[in-house]
Amino acid sequence: MDLNPTPQERQFRDELRAWLEAHAPRDWEARRSATDSMEARFAFLRQWQRQVYEGGWAGLSWPKEYGGRGATLMEKAIFTEEMARIGAPPLPGILGLELVGPTLIAFGTEAQKQRYLAKILSGEEIWCQGFSEPNAGSDLAALRTAATLDGDRFIVTGQKVWTSYGWASDWCELVVRTDASAEKHKGLTVLLVDMHSPGVEVRPLRQMTGETEFNELFFENVRVPVENVVGRVNNGWNVALGTLAHERALLGAGLQITFKRQFARLVELARQTQRNGRPAVEDPVIRQKLAQCYAEIEIMRLNQMRAISRVMQTGMPGPEGSIQKIFWSELNQRFQQVAMEVLGPYGQLTQASDCAFDQGQWAYTYLRARGNTIEAGTSEIQRNIVGHFVLGLPRSY
Amino acid sequence: MQFGLTETQQVLKNSAREFFSAECPIGEVRRLMETDTAYDAPLWQKMAQQGWTGILFAEEYGGLGLGLVEMAVALEEMGRALLPGPYFSTVLLAGAAIDAAGNPAQRHRYLSRIAMGEAHATLAVLEADASWEPEAVKLEARPTLAGFALTGRKMFVPDAAAADFLVCAARRGGDLGLFIVPRGAPGLAVSPLPALDETRKLYQIVFEEVPVAEEDFLAIGDSAREALERALAVATVALVAEMVGGMQRVMEIAVEYAKARKQFGKPIGQFQAVQHMCADMLLLTESSRSAAYYAAWSLQKRAPEAAAAVSIAKAYASDAYREVGNRAIQVHGGMGFTWENNVHLYYKRAKASELMFGDAAYHRERLARLVIDTL
Repeated sequence: MDLNPTPQERQFRDELRAWLEAHAPRDWEARRSATDSMEARFAFLRQWQRQVYEGGWAGLSWPKEYGGRGATLMEKAIFTEEMARIGAPPLPGILGLELVGPTLIAFGTEAQKQRYLAKILSGEEIWCQGFSEPNAGSDLAALRTAATLDGDRFIVTGQKVWTSYGWASDWCELVVRTDASAEKHKGLTVLLVDMHSPGVEVRPLRQMTGETEFNELFFENVRVPVENVVGRVNNGWNVALGTLAHERALLGAGLQITFKRQFARLVELARQTQRNGRPAVEDPVIRQKLAQCYAEIEIMRLNQMRAISRVMQTGMPGPEGSIQKIFWSELNQRFQQVAMEVLGPYGQLTQASDCAFDQGQWAYTYLRARGNTIEAGTSEIQRNIVGHFVLGLPRSY
Repeated sequence: MQFGLTETQQVLKNSAREFFSAECPIGEVRRLMETDTAYDAPLWQKMAQQGWTGILFAEEYGGLGLGLVEMAVALEEMGRALLPGPYFSTVLLAGAAIDAAGNPAQRHRYLSRIAMGEAHATLAVLEADASWEPEAVKLEARPTLAGFALTGRKMFVPDAAAADFLVCAARRGGDLGLFIVPRGAPGLAVSPLPALDETRKLYQIVFEEVPVAEEDFLAIGDSAREALERALAVATVALVAEMVGGMQRVMEIAVEYAKARKQFGKPIGQFQAVQHMCADMLLLTESSRSAAYYAAWSLQKRAPEAAAAVSIAKAYASDAYREVGNRAIQVHGGMGFTWENNVHLYYKRAKASELMFGDAAYHRERLARLVIDTL
């Protein structure tokens, strides 16, 4: 056990830091709460991804032959941490970089790799993921969007929901049912769908935060050429699961930095706000709650480091990896609640108020955290996974 | 960065697992907890032969000279076995205190006896007000011609009746001091404090003008304070490691039961209400393990964040072990509430461990001083 970075890791981090110092926009946090249009903000992010790409940092863990850097999982974690540390803007092509790209590398044909990968890296083409449906959420395999073969193309009809970046996307990794008579996991296929095709409609889905991070997608007789199948027809469940495994391994590293930055800011605010006639930071109840948040943020980081080390050592995720999603999402909800207690009546003020702390970000993060235990696999599904796959309890459904 | 056990550490862990499951099965735990001291001489001799009593101490004192991560993985297995008796008090309390406070002659005299399995010992810190702050130590150490005389009362001293000598925190004037006292010294009276965890016995000790020889005076003032802090930090990490081992075992017992026990024609572990309790037990156990290993590593490296790491580990594991035990009993239903079932033994150890060296609230406040007030 050695928790110090290796010389190579240190060198990687120093090189990255120097690059970020020179190139990362510093005004992202102000920009995010400004009243720019969604489109203007997206254009800004796209420009940022272009810079990251040109700097050679996009697709870090992709193999070199596909334009990546062949970085280790630890280097990937360092990248995510360093981006969070300086508050760099997110990469708008994140779904392509983290989900679609790795899926194509694992399951795609050589022609597909040539056609799509480079443009994912540069952000020239933005991707979304068409997985969940109104009646297929936790039970994803129950999805009903249908694709029927018609000569050399599929005709797709159906509806998807919770699609991040749907409105900005050029392409969609879509899971469809190609065999209605097969068992539900066995009749699925993954298609690459041009979002500019006739019959594709994207509608905004307004969340309780007021934002529209997600979309609903409607497909009506959309034509998709057969060469856009990823993997084999009716083997889509394995292809899609490969993608979800990437999604679950991905979170965590940057979050602990984000949470720590928010924590430091909250302590600063706890010195300014009053509780029982003294600064909130001196109130014993608040101190208990802040310390608990700090301890849990640290443990989230430690669990993440252990999980990464395990994968690097054995090639397989261990039990500590399976709890990450539950841990960070539930921690964030508790943390945002503590923030609300520290801020008192001010906590509820939104971006629209001049009196709000930090442009109303606390009211926003409080509401946004509510979605954390639902998105990317609910806490209940995560506990089913732990119960069945880690502890070996019988499947409950 | 590599946050996993090395091959050597894993071998050590496996051999500890093998040794304690063979030499200290749960039936033996039950037998020993019914005795006055929970001490068993043949078991102790075997532990000494295996080197467990010398795990922390330098080779010149007959020890193995291993690091704190190695100590933690070994203690994890002892906690899993629910090892009763004075091992923890001897090696991790008295031993760690003498290691931190003693001069070479004292270390040689006492640590080698501990390492060889020839002596048992403990550390007496708490008094009637049950405060872990060094300022709360009031036991009087009065200088005499031959050394010192101790007067006062110590409380919650683990395994005192099995000890051959005690390391005592006392006060000489305004200064904290550490002293070694033979258990048979005149004026010293040890009486049991029957408590809910019968695998680790607690005692009250009354001192009336107990003489301490000059050569058994360990440290005074800042050096005593630093040594006591270091020893308590090492012992706290050791305790958290034990707690992790206990959590792991109690979770396994509950999961096995959830697979075997049937109601409504199905194993109860198939019901999500039960399954999710088991998943939470895994989350609490693995998270405590991450915190324990990190604390051991940073204490070993004397890293600046070590004090915070120790408090994070003790705060989290204190709540976690209690909660894991709690859920394990719930999974067992009525059987979990019986004397015959083993889960209550862990549940009681969880509570006793939570209260030792400061509970979660104590360590959260300590953490607040370390990381919030300095931010």
